[in-house]
Amino acid sequence: MMPVDAGEGTLSITVNGAPRTTPAGASLDDLLRTLGLDPRLIVVEHNGAILRDRASFAARPVADGDVLELVHFVGGG
Amino acid sequence: MATTVTPPQTPAVLDAPLRIAGREFRSRLMVGTGKYADADQMGRAIEASGAEVVTVAVRRVDLDRGNEAGILHHLDPTRLFLLANTAGCYTATDAVRTARLARAAGFNDWVKLEVIADEATLLPDPVGVVEATRTLAAEGFRVMAYTNDDLITALRLEDAGAVAVMPLASPIGSGLGLLNPYSIRTIKHRLGVPVIVDAGVGTASDACITMEQGVDGVLMNTGIAAAQDPVRMAAAMRAAVDAGRLAYLAGRMPRREVAVPSSPTTGLVEPTWT
Repeated sequence: MMPVDAGEGTLSITVNGAPRTTPAGASLDDLLRTLGLDPRLIVVEHNGAILRDRASFAARPVADGDVLELVHFVGGG
Repeated sequence: MATTVTPPQTPAVLDAPLRIAGREFRSRLMVGTGKYADADQMGRAIEASGAEVVTVAVRRVDLDRGNEAGILHHLDPTRLFLLANTAGCYTATDAVRTARLARAAGFNDWVKLEVIADEATLLPDPVGVVEATRTLAAEGFRVMAYTNDDLITALRLEDAGAVAVMPLASPIGSGLGLLNPYSIRTIKHRLGVPVIVDAGVGTASDACITMEQGVDGVLMNTGIAAAQDPVRMAAAMRAAVDAGRLAYLAGRMPRREVAVPSSPTTGLVEPTWT
């Protein structure tokens, strides 16, 4: 994985296995909206912990080095 | 959009509803949501199938496409029972993690548990699926466990806390139909929990023959989605599942290797001599 040069006020995080940056101070809810995702349609695993309460996303900070898995339902048998 | 096709339901007097873990389902046919040409075709096929239980898979969001690839836009969770699967998991640990992710979506605590052992055949890992069933059942999941047509594994899964056991008819996506009716009957006879045959049904006669073994239901995806006309095939599968179920309940006539006339053998008109 390519290291990301996070500038001033920017966090380096990993989302679905790929490096990304996000502004410092962003909540999980902010991050999802920046990515264009509807939080009601996805499930988040944050540093290995599966989050079952979407209402907590706005108060949940994202920190440098965090690892996020964002999953949803797709067609399957 | 083409009109939807909804064949008539089996009269309630002829069959009891399917019950799993205390929940009643309105159809013995469960369908997958993969491999359709588009969401409209999938919706019409599900409608024509009459299925209540529809399976979905858990995958990473493609960040270039956002929610677009998600299937929840196209399924009404107030009318359908969303059953998440753990397809693509090759270890008990991965399957357990996927089940937990699916539960966090907030629809229900049921899972169609798959632990796959071999890429070429997609045959299940009996050890892994028993282990994952035990873990998930202890966490309050209702586990419907995909397995081989092997009695001993099926018994172990029931013992581990599965609410239903799902032996295969033949490998996933193969369309080979029911390869071992004897095994499926034996599993059904020995288990207390419902037996839902999952995978391998290729056409309506396969579904009918499977239900004639006395199992509680059938789950299929490719048999419908890969048909030339999935909506018609969904209606055919629905009729076939009902037909097979009713034939099982009715009890077939014995097989005989000699002919027995259906018409009276007496009172025949005098033969004509020329």
